Amino acid sequence: MILDITLSGLINGSVYALLAIGFSLIFGVARIVNIAHTAFYMLAAYFIYYGTKKLGINPALCMLAAVIPVTLIGLISYKLFIDPIREHEAAVLIATIALAMAMQEIMLLIFTGDFLGVPHLIQGHRKIFGVKIAYQQLLTVAAALLVLALVWALLFKTRVGLAIRSTAQDREVANLMGMNDSRVAMITMGVSVGLAAFTGAVIAPLTIVNPFMWMHPLIMMMAVVVLGGMGSIKGSFVGAYILGFAEALVVFLIPMGAFLKGSVALSIMIAVLLIRPEGLFGVAFEEER
Amino acid sequence: MGILGFYLRKLYTVFKGEVLVLPSRVVVLLFFLVLIFLPVVTQDPYLLRILILSSIFAILAASWDLLSGFTGQMNFGHALFFGVGAYTAALLNLHAHIPPWGSIPLGGLAAVLAGLIIGIPCLRLKGTYLALTTLAFPIILMGIVFAIPDVTGGELGVSGLARLSGSRITDYYITVALMLGLSTIMWKITTSHTGIIFHAIREDEVAVRTAGINTTRYKLLAFSLSGFFAGIAGGLYAHFMRIAGPANLEVSMSFTVVIWAIFGGVATIYGPIGAVFILFPLLELLHFWPEYRMLMFALIILLTLLYMPNGLLPWVRNKIEKECPRCKIRNVATRSACRVCTAALD
Repeated sequence: MILDITLSGLINGSVYALLAIGFSLIFGVARIVNIAHTAFYMLAAYFIYYGTKKLGINPALCMLAAVIPVTLIGLISYKLFIDPIREHEAAVLIATIALAMAMQEIMLLIFTGDFLGVPHLIQGHRKIFGVKIAYQQLLTVAAALLVLALVWALLFKTRVGLAIRSTAQDREVANLMGMNDSRVAMITMGVSVGLAAFTGAVIAPLTIVNPFMWMHPLIMMMAVVVLGGMGSIKGSFVGAYILGFAEALVVFLIPMGAFLKGSVALSIMIAVLLIRPEGLFGVAFEEER
Repeated sequence: MGILGFYLRKLYTVFKGEVLVLPSRVVVLLFFLVLIFLPVVTQDPYLLRILILSSIFAILAASWDLLSGFTGQMNFGHALFFGVGAYTAALLNLHAHIPPWGSIPLGGLAAVLAGLIIGIPCLRLKGTYLALTTLAFPIILMGIVFAIPDVTGGELGVSGLARLSGSRITDYYITVALMLGLSTIMWKITTSHTGIIFHAIREDEVAVRTAGINTTRYKLLAFSLSGFFAGIAGGLYAHFMRIAGPANLEVSMSFTVVIWAIFGGVATIYGPIGAVFILFPLLELLHFWPEYRMLMFALIILLTLLYMPNGLLPWVRNKIEKECPRCKIRNVATRSACRVCTAALD
């Protein structure tokens, strides 16, 4: 039981952390609340399904390959639909909602609403204290942690990362210091969608692939971002594991828990916000006027 | 007789001078007249059904605009008010046998309570934080609905409610009259003193506080008012469809409201109403291609936004009307001089 909860919490937490960091990056840099973020995650899962089941490509290769087209789609749709209306925050908001809906409907048209499955990357499982642990689950956690480390390195050890972080802190000053604002936004969008696609790739073998799979992670991702503090990478990371473990605990310990998992996790978020309105690690910014 | 003639002539002059001079006012008048006299021309139940649902959702979209458009409190969980209104009306009707004219306002009051409950913790949050937090509330409630299926019917919802009235036509007149009435009330609220304070809170809350206005009270008032109207819409919906289910609380419901309101143009009240009356029948029209329906809907919204990022109706209004640069009074776009101060219009 404890092992079950730990593993499930780790997987949930890693997935939410990956999603939330991507979401909070693009929010920080371009002030875009990207509702379509998890739709890209769904898209990646479908690419993998198509690659492995229909084209018969090696799953490992397919998972790496899926990230590229999804990132491209993300960048193209950003250029086409979001960039021209970026000054109008409300319009951007529903543009991303409409984008997510459009992607959901296109997937629904191509693959119908059937629940699909993707084969595990490495077969087999091992029993530890009577708990069945598939190797795939361990692989997912490991891959997610690796990518989180890479993102951290990108943000804190490279010049691009410096540009992203400084634009997030103060767009105007970053612009004055010679950073091309729209190019940074473009790069960030690429990184952000790439992260979403990667998340979809690692989680696809463990979940059911269907056109509506983006809804639940979207809500949890937003809760994580709010809980951790908007724009704080560390906050997103910690918040993701808190909510991930909370979900796992509720599912395993409370009867009817599967229905309540969202409620409990979101209640935790609200409880934290009541005490710290800027989230766990957020900084209370001066209001932008 | 002479006096009556005088008043009629005066009424006509006022009507000509105040309503007929501006195309937007003519459109609003036509909108009222068409809705009121439509059943005289056709009684097609399908058409009436579409218009009834449009009316209900128009109340909902306008109530979102009151809170999020005017006061700037971005609410992503408007389905909460709708759902609370629907479930309260349904449970009261089913268990306490309160007829629709009682249960719908009580549903509205329950939604006011919900507005206060979520309004108080949300007072400290702003902008995107607020939007993402409010998104959580309907989902929490949905979890509770699923967890106590004995009371709420779980996934199936509460069904078998009393009809709104005996016939489709009466249903139509009840919802349309309520829609027109409540929209006018909301419009009046936004142009009143309170409405100006709402507007000011959105623009600059600190400045409003500096002016000695208790913004907390006004924000809670906005939450309650918006909740009340949305709750009425929920109750109407429950009684019209004769079911209150978890679908009323779904994330997509909240998103749809946001889409309607922003598509029509925020902070206008007439924008969201117009948008619902354009988009909802459009969605029904697209029933001819059921598979492509939502895709076309999404694409229409994406493409419209590229050209009209401020919303459809304000865009149209700015095309057919010009604002006088001197006295700020609106004129028909065809005029070359202002109708009041005769300043040249560009």
